Amino acid sequence: MALFGKKRESGPLDYAGRWSLRLWVAGVMLFLYLPLASLILFSFNDSRRTIRWEGFTFDWYGKLANDDALISAFTNSLTIAAISTLFSVVLGAMSAIALWRFRFPGKGLFDGMITLPIVVPEICMGVAMLVFFGTIMPWPRDLVWPLDLGAIAIAHITFSFPFVTVVVRARLASFNREMEEAARDLGAGELRALWDVLLPHVRPALISGALLAFTLSLDDFVITFFTAGPNTVTFPVKIYSMVRFSVTPEVNAASTVLMAITVAMTLLGMKLQGADIARSEAP
Amino acid sequence: MLIRFENVTKRFGSFIAVDDVSLDIEAGEFFSLLGPSGCGKTTLLRMLAGLETPTEGRILIDGVDMVGVPPNRRPVNMVFQSYAVFPHMNVAQNVAYGLKIDRVPKAEREARVADALALVKLSEFAHRRPDQLSGGQRQRVALARALVKRPKVLLLDEPLSALDAKLRDAMRGELAQIQRDVGVTFVMVTHDQDEALAMASRCALMNRGTLQQVATPGDLYEYPANRFVADFIGTINLFEGTLSVDAPDHAAVTTPALDAPIHVDHGVTGATDAKVWVGVRPEKIAMTPASGPRPTGPAAMPQANVTHGTIMTSAYLGAVTFYDVATAGGTMIKVSAPNGTRSASPALPAGTAVWLHWAPDAPIVLLG
Repeated sequence: MALFGKKRESGPLDYAGRWSLRLWVAGVMLFLYLPLASLILFSFNDSRRTIRWEGFTFDWYGKLANDDALISAFTNSLTIAAISTLFSVVLGAMSAIALWRFRFPGKGLFDGMITLPIVVPEICMGVAMLVFFGTIMPWPRDLVWPLDLGAIAIAHITFSFPFVTVVVRARLASFNREMEEAARDLGAGELRALWDVLLPHVRPALISGALLAFTLSLDDFVITFFTAGPNTVTFPVKIYSMVRFSVTPEVNAASTVLMAITVAMTLLGMKLQGADIARSEAP
Repeated sequence: MLIRFENVTKRFGSFIAVDDVSLDIEAGEFFSLLGPSGCGKTTLLRMLAGLETPTEGRILIDGVDMVGVPPNRRPVNMVFQSYAVFPHMNVAQNVAYGLKIDRVPKAEREARVADALALVKLSEFAHRRPDQLSGGQRQRVALARALVKRPKVLLLDEPLSALDAKLRDAMRGELAQIQRDVGVTFVMVTHDQDEALAMASRCALMNRGTLQQVATPGDLYEYPANRFVADFIGTINLFEGTLSVDAPDHAAVTTPALDAPIHVDHGVTGATDAKVWVGVRPEKIAMTPASGPRPTGPAAMPQANVTHGTIMTSAYLGAVTFYDVATAGGTMIKVSAPNGTRSASPALPAGTAVWLHWAPDAPIVLLG
């Protein structure tokens, strides 16, 4: 077939062959990723000023590693994320199973309310947490680390676990109840049957739910900002305070690190989930 | 008697799934619960497994009242309709699951799993995952997994419905063979009468939650207890009529559907002039060309059991040909004729005029 002079025939679903669509996709990509790309690029810029490229350097990352305040904020963030993930997965999975399996008074209300933390504007949640921990249940001030992070962790669990519930419930919908009955029939008690048969089925959802909870907690700024005290600064809150003076390459580097962790977690989760689903989804 | 249902009723809200069923099943039987969908047969099976609780009545296994006993403490095991093979375990792990819960020692467990897999001819597949098995093989896993527990009763919920036709025929014979080999009592639920008739030693036919008849496959077909049974099992021509003669050794029914009366070689102990239904199976009706002489009926009543008709449609199925024959009065009669010789096998064309007649032992008289 001639490469030139003849218009290439394109199939009905061969969208990639149309230049207008290619242009569109390129535009979207540019729009989405150019800001992130420039952030990463300038974190390697050998200049205090962020607008001109002066050469490649790792200096800013070195500086990060020696910034004790930033390191402690980073440790706080990871600790909060770990605690929040653990509790969110357990609470989320239990509420999903309760909603899927049982009938109880107030189920409709519970079902409707559970997604509320997802829907309510973050700023409102933040203010609500501020009021709650300020007046109703003040979190003790001078606790040892990591107990002083309790207020933030509770706030994070509050808005994270409904995401887990939603993901796990979707997965439960595809569960064949006969599997559980078969386990019971073969001698398993009620809990044993859930553990042996239901849990393996929802494992992919637990993994993606955990991932969601972890990244949500790690990234959260607004709600954390309202619940954090002077000694309990998290990574995003710390970056914000750095930006208030000026956007330095150091801020760029810190943001890049946060982004890298989030992306790595997502990829890991997707990999685990993919392998798990491929195994359990087979006919 | 191994299993006894005593006045068992199951209600879901206002819906009565099982209505006052009493039934005994003997040890060693291959018992089948048969009926149309929604007749309550699966509910009855699930109550036996402990997956449903009867609203009223008792269920005894080996003389022990099972109501309130959870499924994991009953001496029964089940092969589920979807097989419910655990996808995250391989074949051997699936089969070993029940023994592991019972804490059977490892050496014994492995030996019993190997035996069970050999029984269902899956020894070479022990380390396969369920997603690498065909539907038939997965069913064998479910069967082995249940039998390895050595239950007193094996429950099968529509075991063949998910298999393709060829495999279904093969599995029919094999299931019956396995039942004879292991000697365990089988209770099978099915909506497929061929399956029930071919495999079961006894069947219970259910409709709308009630037992219609409990009998051997042969009795169910030849001596149905009522019109539902007669109509559900096989094909039948049903005529509504009145009992005109009822002697100890014969009876006759006149029906507006046919010109001639229907003569039966036994008494029916019904009131004269009672409304009855008469059924005649298609294969028990003989068909001769209308050009020949009129066949004579039974000696006691020569004009009976004969009618004239015209073939409306014919369906040639190889072994048999099915005909729909219309009488002069417009009654449609189904007739099946075996194609016993090769030369005579082509079906008679539509429009052919024929005589139909049947022996006096062919009609089934159903009171009410």
